[in-house]
Amino acid sequence: MDFSQIYSKKVLEHLKNPQNVGEIKNPDGVATVGNPVCGDIMRLYLQIAKRKKKDAKQEEEYIKDIKFQTLGCGAAIASSSMITTMIKGKPLKEAEKITNKAIAEALGGLPPVKMHCSLLAAEALKKALENYRQSHKK
Amino acid sequence: MWSKKYLARDWRKCEKNDERKDFGESNQMKKTYFVQNKDFTKRGFYLDHAATTPVDKEVLAAMKPYFSFKYGNPSEPHFLGQESRKAIDEAREKVANFLGAKPPEIIFTSGATEAINLAHKGLVESQRSKFKGQKLPHIITSAVEHKAVLETCRHLQNLDMAEVTYLPVDKDGMVKVEEVEKAIKPETVLISIMYVNNEVGTIEPIKQIGELIKKINASRLASGFSRIYFHTDATQAIQYLDCQVDKLGVDLLSLSGHKLYAPKGVGVLYLRKGTPLIRQQDGGVQEYGLRAGTENVPYIVGLGKAVEKLKTQNSKRKTEYLREKLIRGVLKIPGVKLVGDPQKNAPHIATFLIDGVEGEAILLLLSEKGIAASSGSACTSGLLEPSHVLTAMGIPPEQAHGSLRFSLGKDNTEEEIDYVIKVLPGVVQKLRKMAPKLDI
Repeated sequence: MDFSQIYSKKVLEHLKNPQNVGEIKNPDGVATVGNPVCGDIMRLYLQIAKRKKKDAKQEEEYIKDIKFQTLGCGAAIASSSMITTMIKGKPLKEAEKITNKAIAEALGGLPPVKMHCSLLAAEALKKALENYRQSHKK
Repeated sequence: MWSKKYLARDWRKCEKNDERKDFGESNQMKKTYFVQNKDFTKRGFYLDHAATTPVDKEVLAAMKPYFSFKYGNPSEPHFLGQESRKAIDEAREKVANFLGAKPPEIIFTSGATEAINLAHKGLVESQRSKFKGQKLPHIITSAVEHKAVLETCRHLQNLDMAEVTYLPVDKDGMVKVEEVEKAIKPETVLISIMYVNNEVGTIEPIKQIGELIKKINASRLASGFSRIYFHTDATQAIQYLDCQVDKLGVDLLSLSGHKLYAPKGVGVLYLRKGTPLIRQQDGGVQEYGLRAGTENVPYIVGLGKAVEKLKTQNSKRKTEYLREKLIRGVLKIPGVKLVGDPQKNAPHIATFLIDGVEGEAILLLLSEKGIAASSGSACTSGLLEPSHVLTAMGIPPEQAHGSLRFSLGKDNTEEEIDYVIKVLPGVVQKLRKMAPKLDI
């Protein structure tokens, strides 16, 4: 992990060309989280579908589409963008294991003072999945 | 990186004229974005001169001999030492001249921060004997000072060496003279108010406060009270405003070299004759015994040269013109407002609040386009708190997060301002599109 105070190239790339920006109409799961300290606000939209597992008859739920909207600093935008690329198309079981550390690592490290931005992204995903489960309880 | 088009255009220009033209007041704005000759390179669109300035070519040339050729210790009587001594004396005279002071009133330091520390701590320490076992010496300052002043005051408070009043400011960041008057107590020993606020450019009423203190001191001395001393941090003012100490009525004034095209690591404390001060850095008797340590000869020479150049090359009018143009252009973006005092503002600073975006993100995207600016956003402070200046002005955190400061310098051109006005709306729009709509 790089503990440099400056942003990695990866963070700047994601800020410049953020992936999966926007919203999903009638999402299966959505959550808005905010960090009052830093003033960042992050919203994640999930579209979840079922597909057949490889080499099995069972079905699994996976993230068919994901979009984000973020008001925040470079690290907050880059963390949002990164988490969408990390879990798009992934089974739910895999997606829910994503930690903020994994996001920061994928970004080539974040300055220590910016680690909370990756935490915010992980929290947004967790809450969006909770939202999905609650609204799809049978 | 920034637009290749500009880079390419520039290099072509460079081949044509490899000497950098001095635009001065002549209004001959050359279409040069990146100009290079053998010791000067203009890189990108630099609009962060309140943070620091490049070392001027002539300043650097004046400094150069004092590294490896004229390297004598000014405290030595031999020919090399005396050569350095003479160079420092000359620089001291130039600074004194500029401030309307006498050379022995000029103390060279490592920068404005050191000058400020020395002024506050040194003065309070000198007054302690008057307050034995009773009340503490009292300092009056403002809530919008630079951290160098605020943290020094907190340090003195923490050590129970002083009591401090932090005056509020109005919505434009202005200290009210009446508030200063109201805050004065019998124990007040120091009033410290900055000349120009570094974040928003508001010019504080230093002259009026100076007159007030003069008046109050006259009656205090008559009734046996000790006098109040007046310090101003003139770091952002020195380039463009009248800094004659007698006109301002200040007893102490701090300034920094690297805001006026001298290098980082050198500054000045002006100390009016007769003002008590106990040195804070102990050792030899350099700087009239008030700042120990072998003098930083090349940097002091550089500062002298930079101050000398200020007299002959004042770019105030050009800077004012460019600032006006920048403000007009930026305010065309919806949801943007200018902060600071609309009239009493330094000619080089323009600070905006941009709705629905975060300052650091703007800075990074502008940087991609080759533009260097600054922000008071929490995310740029390293402390995760929005700027104490904007907060003191009553600006709520969610707006302070979207602050953007441009600060101009003598080498900025009209074309650079045009470029910023062209690029900024796209950056703001991009970030706003990315943000969630909060009314859902």
